[in-house]
Amino acid sequence: MLETSQLAGKLLLQGGKAYLPASGTLERRDFLIEDGVLKDMKDSIDAAEGVRIIDCSDLVISPGFADIHVHFREPGYEHKETLQTGADAALAGGFTAVCCMPNTDPPLDTRGSVQFIRQAQEALPVAIYPAAAATKRRRGKELVEYGELARAGAIGFTDDGNPIADGGVMRRALEYAKVVDKPILQHAEDPSLKADGLMHESKVSTALGLPGVPGISEEVLVYRDLRIAEYVGGRLHIQHVSMARTADLIREAKDRGVRVTCEVTPHHLMLTDEAVRTFDTSTKVNPPLRSREDVDALRKALVDGTIDAIATDHAPHAIEEKEQTFDLAPPGLIGLESAFGVVMKALVDSNLTTLETVLYRLVVAPREIMDLPRTFYTKGAPADLVVLDPAEEWVFKREHVRSRSANSPFYGSQLKGRVKGVLNRGVQVDFGLRRK
Amino acid sequence: MKALSQKHLLGLEYVPKSDIELILETAFSFREVLDRPIKKVPTLQGKTIVNLFFEPSTRTRLSFELAEKRLSADTINFSAGSSSLTKGESLRDTIQNIEAMKMDLVIIRHRTPGAAYQLSQYVDAVVINAGDGTHEHPTQALLDLMSIKEKFGHVDGLKVAIIGDIAHSRVALSNIFGLKTMGAQVFVCGPPTFIPPYIESLGITVTHDLDALLPEMDVINVLRIQQERMHAALIPSLREFRALYGITRERVQNLPRELTIMHPGPLNRGVEIDSDVADSDHSIILHQVLNGVAVRMSLLYLLLGGLEAKGASNA
Repeated sequence: MLETSQLAGKLLLQGGKAYLPASGTLERRDFLIEDGVLKDMKDSIDAAEGVRIIDCSDLVISPGFADIHVHFREPGYEHKETLQTGADAALAGGFTAVCCMPNTDPPLDTRGSVQFIRQAQEALPVAIYPAAAATKRRRGKELVEYGELARAGAIGFTDDGNPIADGGVMRRALEYAKVVDKPILQHAEDPSLKADGLMHESKVSTALGLPGVPGISEEVLVYRDLRIAEYVGGRLHIQHVSMARTADLIREAKDRGVRVTCEVTPHHLMLTDEAVRTFDTSTKVNPPLRSREDVDALRKALVDGTIDAIATDHAPHAIEEKEQTFDLAPPGLIGLESAFGVVMKALVDSNLTTLETVLYRLVVAPREIMDLPRTFYTKGAPADLVVLDPAEEWVFKREHVRSRSANSPFYGSQLKGRVKGVLNRGVQVDFGLRRK
Repeated sequence: MKALSQKHLLGLEYVPKSDIELILETAFSFREVLDRPIKKVPTLQGKTIVNLFFEPSTRTRLSFELAEKRLSADTINFSAGSSSLTKGESLRDTIQNIEAMKMDLVIIRHRTPGAAYQLSQYVDAVVINAGDGTHEHPTQALLDLMSIKEKFGHVDGLKVAIIGDIAHSRVALSNIFGLKTMGAQVFVCGPPTFIPPYIESLGITVTHDLDALLPEMDVINVLRIQQERMHAALIPSLREFRALYGITRERVQNLPRELTIMHPGPLNRGVEIDSDVADSDHSIILHQVLNGVAVRMSLLYLLLGGLEAKGASNA
């Protein structure tokens, strides 16, 4: 349960640096908020009588993060997560907008189910944009009604959890989605090459006796889809890139002018297949945790822009489901609450890039991929802000989780960079903001 | 008295040479007990052991049960077919129930890699892995090491090949780890679809040419072929497998040096090994079975008895 408070009265965020999406720079800005609405933003705002002041010196203020890949499990799997608990987890991680995936029960493949998400999210502190199924019942055969569903609020189409395995179906999906100008989001794992694999195929899988998922299961499907997209046009988005070679393929395709975007998860930027050695089922995820070389290449690809956005693939599963043997435990891990600390640790603490680049890939790029609203710092509109301490070192613990589930591989990990407070839709979350 | 450096026996990957030597040394002294007219000793009187078999096993379970009874432990058996596991009870609940009954030691056989390790995280009892899928089966590897040592007097410097379906075997990895630790030179041989990728990273040699390999070997360990592998289209036919990798009389006669043949059982006579080879003087398959009981007695004694139980030597 996340403790939020209603934003009432006047609030001044004073002394911090703001991330400015238009210029991509960090500059000194104060923010005045009244009853949850952003009233003013400039270099310096003097405190008037009756204004609560938050001391933001040494802190950074940014528009809220957007996560274009979460599983909020509603409808059908409310024991894992609900829209409410998912929104709490998002807010705790600094995310004010998310795209939820359609692998629910029933799947989001009808106008009614898409409308259900859009309506339910209005009462929540986080904006939730549903991705609809690409095919009916996510069976990979017949297309859903892209026109109807886009009008109802679907921001893209995907069979996520499963790939669109059939090349002919992928061609039709990319072609037909041009009618609504929405992206097709591909979970790229060739089922026949993946077979019964449970972890990255490597010397670790061999030493553990676990069947492997070879890197080629991702690479060949991405190559196929890039060529199809190049041939028929349409917008292709590759979800959770995990292999170095996949990043190379996408880089080359972008150079040729293919309309492709892609994302990487914090866990694929931080963990390797070595993490599976303890048989901790929270390390079981699709695509699997790969080699050190892949992690290094993904970090570079995120910095050079080949990988557009960071997305968590937040995938909650109940304790009893994860407390099974490795073959039976469902794949996936929760990632919203730990995302910023993990990414900062992986990229900024190791001097690979700057805070500004990380914020671009958490704030701007994801909204561009999915055409989400991106009018930042709009005066007169409800404040959508996150307050960050990029330097704070902290240890991630169970108590930091607001999701209904707890399947994180990061407990006990030293992270760097922490969300201190979030303001969105008239509510405030406070993780230790300093009063003046 | 010497003690093991481990609380559990989950696998051989991280077990040091000194532990393996102690286990084998103790096992040889238990072999003497097994050769006596009265084969039972009171070493583990008052200790309770549960045999937790989540998948069917005949030989391994019998061997453990016999070892437990020879040491006078109280034992209970639990097998998945007759249990509530089929009713959807989680592994952890089953284990907690067993824990609540205050067991001293749990023997676990499970189809999934990591099951024994996961169990050791949940319970206070000592855990012995009796095979976790295609991961480890350390007691089998130890009895194989014991059988090699019995035959040659040593393990180091020997050339040992593991032949057949390496990828789907429950015994291959433990054998590789144990043999490497004890200084043997290890080879694996079989069709590429039966060899796990990257296995040479374990410090072994991979070959697909059995006839070139056999003249160089001191010992071969022949693995069982499972019929269902054919359905997964990993090999075209058993007939072809036998032609390329079967241990036939033609292959093993006229070798330049004596070849010792092992098999973890059960045998598919006429598929991976011919009957007359399995029953020949080259074969130490039945020694493996007897040594299996001795090795398991040794482990139970070392992991459970330790200082408080009566030693094997004065039993």
